[in-house]
Amino acid sequence: MTTTYAVLSEGLEKRFGEVRALRGLDLAVPRGTVCGVLGPNGAGKTTAVRLLTTLLRPDAGSARVAGYDLVREAAAVRRAIGVTGQYASVDGDLTGRQNLRLFARLHRMRAPNERAGELLERFGLTEAADRPASTYSGGMRRRLDLAASLVRRPEVLFLDEPTTGLDPASRGDIWDAVRELKRDGTTVLLTTQYLEEADQLADDIALVDRGLVAHTGSPDQLKAVIGTYVEVVVADPDVLVPAAGVLDRLTGGQPSFDHERVAVGAVTRDSTLTLPRLVRELDAAGVPLLDASLRPPTLDDVFLRLTAEREQEVAA
Amino acid sequence: MSTLAYDGTAMLGRQLLRVRNNPALVILTQTMPISMLLFFGYVFGSALAMPGAEYRSFLVPGLLVATAANGIMTGMFQAAQDVHRGVTDRLRTLPVSRAAVPVGQAVADLVVTAVGTVPFLLVGLAVGWRIEGSAPEAVAAVGLLLLFRFACTWAGIFLGLLTRSEEAAGQLGSATFMLPLLSNAYIPTGNLPGWLRAIAEWNPISALTTALRELFGNAPVPQGAAWPVAHPVAGSLAWCAVLLAVFVPLGVRRYARGEG
Repeated sequence: MTTTYAVLSEGLEKRFGEVRALRGLDLAVPRGTVCGVLGPNGAGKTTAVRLLTTLLRPDAGSARVAGYDLVREAAAVRRAIGVTGQYASVDGDLTGRQNLRLFARLHRMRAPNERAGELLERFGLTEAADRPASTYSGGMRRRLDLAASLVRRPEVLFLDEPTTGLDPASRGDIWDAVRELKRDGTTVLLTTQYLEEADQLADDIALVDRGLVAHTGSPDQLKAVIGTYVEVVVADPDVLVPAAGVLDRLTGGQPSFDHERVAVGAVTRDSTLTLPRLVRELDAAGVPLLDASLRPPTLDDVFLRLTAEREQEVAA
Repeated sequence: MSTLAYDGTAMLGRQLLRVRNNPALVILTQTMPISMLLFFGYVFGSALAMPGAEYRSFLVPGLLVATAANGIMTGMFQAAQDVHRGVTDRLRTLPVSRAAVPVGQAVADLVVTAVGTVPFLLVGLAVGWRIEGSAPEAVAAVGLLLLFRFACTWAGIFLGLLTRSEEAAGQLGSATFMLPLLSNAYIPTGNLPGWLRAIAEWNPISALTTALRELFGNAPVPQGAAWPVAHPVAGSLAWCAVLLAVFVPLGVRRYARGEG
């Protein structure tokens, strides 16, 4: 069956006792794209992946993965997907090669040994292939997990926080692997807590907060919505107010004070604002600067801001 | 069905690879019953009215059954460990027959148990135990023992999937150690007070132990015992049938359903 969307969910709900982990999740991931599901801990990212990979049954709502109904055609979904997450792992008592051979056999592949060898080679695990997986480093283990989910080239690959807890080099390896998969036409849905990771890898980002998709768009659209955080640190508490005045005029955002650090900051969506211009304007206003910075907001900033906007909408 | 056979064989292969990668674990599980045979056989055997050599013959079937009952603990531990390590969920995202994973685990346990029992029986022979009945009866005894192990493993698999806790499996280990103490595995139940004797003889371990003693020709069926012990082979088969009828469907359903 050919459909435009590799993953299409409508109103997915999941409750654990009193906790409503998902409150009506709508996701649409076009075929061949990488979708980054971005959100803080407890937002419902993992629950969403567990539902979409048939590990949990939804309480309400529906979804199609690779064109198959999640509940009624669960077996067909399982044939079409690959999953890697902290909870979907390999057997540490088996070697890397034994693990991959087992999964190839379970996928009914004709030459499990050859397939295992190919994947070990591709993920740089040939040398460690015959050691128990429990002796692997974190990065090697994650590469083996990823290889295990690619044994039979999946149509849709789910990666649940694939780089959490990894060192920068190992993170880069995983990123390269995701880019390569995308080039091969695999649809990837990955969850992450890192804005940077979503920015690097995803065609579209779905911001998830408290069991709902709060915002969707390309990384650039998202950054435009989120804006840039401008912060100024001054030498003397008395000049905080004039500094805030300059920020207010330049950014149009509401300045907030950090009295402990003698700093004032504001969010801007004006992409023409640069550091030299900020410094010139502050200098012209006679504000003695210690430090000034423009940086992408942290995920916390993003969610605080989105939440505030939603509350304003409700109030209005 | 062919899917189940194929996937089950693959899962069996996985369990056997684990044993091959880590043979020390299997050898260690065999040291406990062997040291109990030597310890009980010579310490208790000297204190009991029964002659020592006779007691050791009496003890071998009891320890075989008590060790088989440990299948609850090992089955539970392994199922919980797989859940904990994420292996269960990985397998549940694959197009694998839902029954294959628990079936593979239970069958693999059976193979390992069958092989692991050999050194125990050799030590048994060394301390005076003999097969005193016919060969077909001895084969029947081994068959019953393995059937009981299989049933206990299924109970363990269900509990492991239910609790998802290796710690709980460890706790249960102490409980399964106590279970044979309240049966005729280590002592004759004839001298127990009436109510305690009834409890001990309705313990499945007692029926199995009596059946093995009868089939191996080590000791006669005791007089005036409760039904499962008075008819030990039928009683043993009934116990195994009940355990399998309850825990196989529960285990398979629990595996297929996961946690939600």
